[in-house]
Amino acid sequence: MTLYGFFFYVISAVVIGATAIAITRRNLVHAVVYLIVSFFGTAMLFYLFGAPLLAALEVIIYAGAIMVLFLFVVMMIRVESSEEVMFPLSQWLPAAIFGLIYLVAAVAMIFETPGAEVSLRLLTATPKQFALYVFEHHWFSIEVISLLLLLALVGALHLGFRKGAARGLSAQDADARLEGRRAGPVSTPSEAASAAVEEKI
Amino acid sequence: MIAPFGHVLVVAGIIFVLGVFCAVVRRNLIMIVLGIEIMLNAAAIVFAGAALRWNDLEGQTFVLFILAVAATEVSVGLAIIVYAFRRTGSFDPSNFNLLR
Repeated sequence: MTLYGFFFYVISAVVIGATAIAITRRNLVHAVVYLIVSFFGTAMLFYLFGAPLLAALEVIIYAGAIMVLFLFVVMMIRVESSEEVMFPLSQWLPAAIFGLIYLVAAVAMIFETPGAEVSLRLLTATPKQFALYVFEHHWFSIEVISLLLLLALVGALHLGFRKGAARGLSAQDADARLEGRRAGPVSTPSEAASAAVEEKI
Repeated sequence: MIAPFGHVLVVAGIIFVLGVFCAVVRRNLIMIVLGIEIMLNAAAIVFAGAALRWNDLEGQTFVLFILAVAATEVSVGLAIIVYAFRRTGSFDPSNFNLLR
């Protein structure tokens, strides 16, 4: 095993371990921080695969922007110390068995395919080569992606508006209406539980 | 020499399965979106590895697109989550049953 092969296996183990820890955390902040570790590892894998520009973008966009967005949402919303329960085992056991069968079949197929044992050679696409390739062959897709990002911006802005704020109502009015509706038939189990606790007190 | 391409596929497959597990089993909207992010990340790893395997920049281009789509998806998804939280005061997907 070469040095780069060693790096590949170590980084892969770290990525898988960090992801496995992240998806089992109950505290959302811990989950997000473990995922940042995982995405840093992915960026290193990209660098190993000869894509330095993609490694930088992975750190900037995934570990930087997206995970910080998650952190903002977690901070913005008071997460009640959740009594999140997993689904009962009997419910997801069949799904797990089917998934396991697929996983075994996929691994068997991967190693039976001719050419899978070919070792990857070290090659690097410099950012300049990569950019020239992208804008030579995929300039239209880049334009579509930019339009998609604009649409996402407009959509997020639209969803983020408080109801009534656009029609001249103050935010308090909108909140009051929201509270009134929430007290109605859509009261949630957690609220019902807190109401019950208040009554007891 | 780094590693056989099959090993890259296996690593990405394990990460993808972890993402599916997170999106299916967890009962928290934010964790579901995180699971989708993990799945997209696994797909990106396969594309980057395939670009090296066949010595073709097409795979790296697709990783670029996956990054853009992930950013789009997470911004709109989190906006929807915040909106849903304002309406129901909960992150539990089983509480969003107004149509029932």
